[in-house]
Amino acid sequence: MLLIYCPYCGVERPETEFQCGGEAHIARPADPGQASEEDWVEFLYMRTNTKGIAAERWRHTNGCGRFFNAVRDTVSDKFLKFYKAGETMPDLEAIAKEAGK
Amino acid sequence: MKRYSFLELAKNAFSAHQNWGRQWRAPEPKAEYDVVIVGAGGHGLATAYYLAKEHGVRNVAVLEKGWLGGGNTGRNTTIVRSNYLWEESAALYNHAIGLWQNLSQELNYNVMYSARGVMMLAHTVHDVQVAQRHIHANRLAGVQNEWLTPEQAKEYCPPLNIAKNIRYPVMGAALQRVGGTARHDAVAWGYARGADDMGVDIIQNCAVTGIRRDQNGAVEGVETAKGFIKAKKVGVVAAGHTSVVMDMAGVRLPLESFPLQALVSEPVKPAFPCVVMSNTIHAYISQSDKGELVIGAGTDQFVSYSQTGGIHITNHTIDAICELFPHFRRMRMLRNWGGIVDTTPDRSPILSKTPVKGLYVNCGWGTGGFKATPGSGHVFAHTIAKDEPHKINAPFTIDRFRTGRLIDEAAAAAVAH
Repeated sequence: MLLIYCPYCGVERPETEFQCGGEAHIARPADPGQASEEDWVEFLYMRTNTKGIAAERWRHTNGCGRFFNAVRDTVSDKFLKFYKAGETMPDLEAIAKEAGK
Repeated sequence: MKRYSFLELAKNAFSAHQNWGRQWRAPEPKAEYDVVIVGAGGHGLATAYYLAKEHGVRNVAVLEKGWLGGGNTGRNTTIVRSNYLWEESAALYNHAIGLWQNLSQELNYNVMYSARGVMMLAHTVHDVQVAQRHIHANRLAGVQNEWLTPEQAKEYCPPLNIAKNIRYPVMGAALQRVGGTARHDAVAWGYARGADDMGVDIIQNCAVTGIRRDQNGAVEGVETAKGFIKAKKVGVVAAGHTSVVMDMAGVRLPLESFPLQALVSEPVKPAFPCVVMSNTIHAYISQSDKGELVIGAGTDQFVSYSQTGGIHITNHTIDAICELFPHFRRMRMLRNWGGIVDTTPDRSPILSKTPVKGLYVNCGWGTGGFKATPGSGHVFAHTIAKDEPHKINAPFTIDRFRTGRLIDEAAAAAVAH
């Protein structure tokens, strides 16, 4: 079971308090009327499914209920960074380098 | 190939079974092949076998980064069934059921297919309605499936607890008698031996590190740990690592890879006659011929390539098993493990050509690919050989995520699949 830090509550809690929301920073097409089929396919279905360092969404369902993002190594399952929703995606390469990957 | 028979068995008994020959060669890769298959699991080996057998394409290599059958083929809970909801899926999985019937004879290799019946439990009114809808849909599609009352379910599987006072009482069950189990390793080994005999090179410990394309974008070959291998066609059958391999050719897929866990108990005498699955309380169980109870748990909720999962997931499954089969409560679990499964948004596989000429993909089997191994290999071989899908896998394209013609089995089998 993962231990997850909620950046809103400021505490580390077991995974069962949280729900994973999948890949982070996937933006819904800004003007749905103008979006092409390919835009929708990309938004709705296509996923990078990274093996390595990736950003993903979590929700502290059984806590504060808020969404936040995390950077995790999908090979070791180790978390490398937690940050609040709305903050820009951190430089994953820099985080990877720092973690010695 | 030396055919296995009773006579061979008797002959080898005289030398204490020390002189059985190798089942397949360990060749070095040639410079060029007509078809390269990436991934020597059951599906990849079956594809190579049917390419050689049915389409006369024998200049084939199967590349495997680890050892043959060492991924999800060796990690699944060996369940075979075909009672899927939609016509497209029922046709695909039933095609496999047809091939399972004579697979041991076909391969001259005992795959231990045992049609002991797969019983799927219903615990709520909603479950009952869904199960009966499945049964009716299956009967219309010519797929065997029948409804059992709790008493009939108990008669079919005596260890089952049908008491009314448990948290999720059994309200009935759907039984597919032709479903059952097969020996997972033997399926990979049988296909490997058969394919090798027809000239297919199975190259283990040879990871693919790149897919090379020519100036028109068509596939030219693969970069591997053993150097560049030229190929006219490349079929990717890499299960949980499909996204990683396809990224080498710049093809994006609607896949997410999750750890899926299974566990086995200490071996005991025959105590459990069939396969029992419960999607509602997340458990499935059968007994192997060695006597171990084989138990399947759910997936973790996050993408991972770790081949391990959270202990709370297996714990949840064991809770359900203990309630449904109280006399297993004191059994000890021997070992547990995880495999990485590639799931699609509609929980149906992709067996398809890709936007890249000469590149084909067979993936997205999620939590339930083992049962389809023969059928998957059979239609995927057709797709590669003819450069167009077999009519059975024609609906299972990547393009369905653009057209919206999804084959939504998510509600049907989101967990135990």
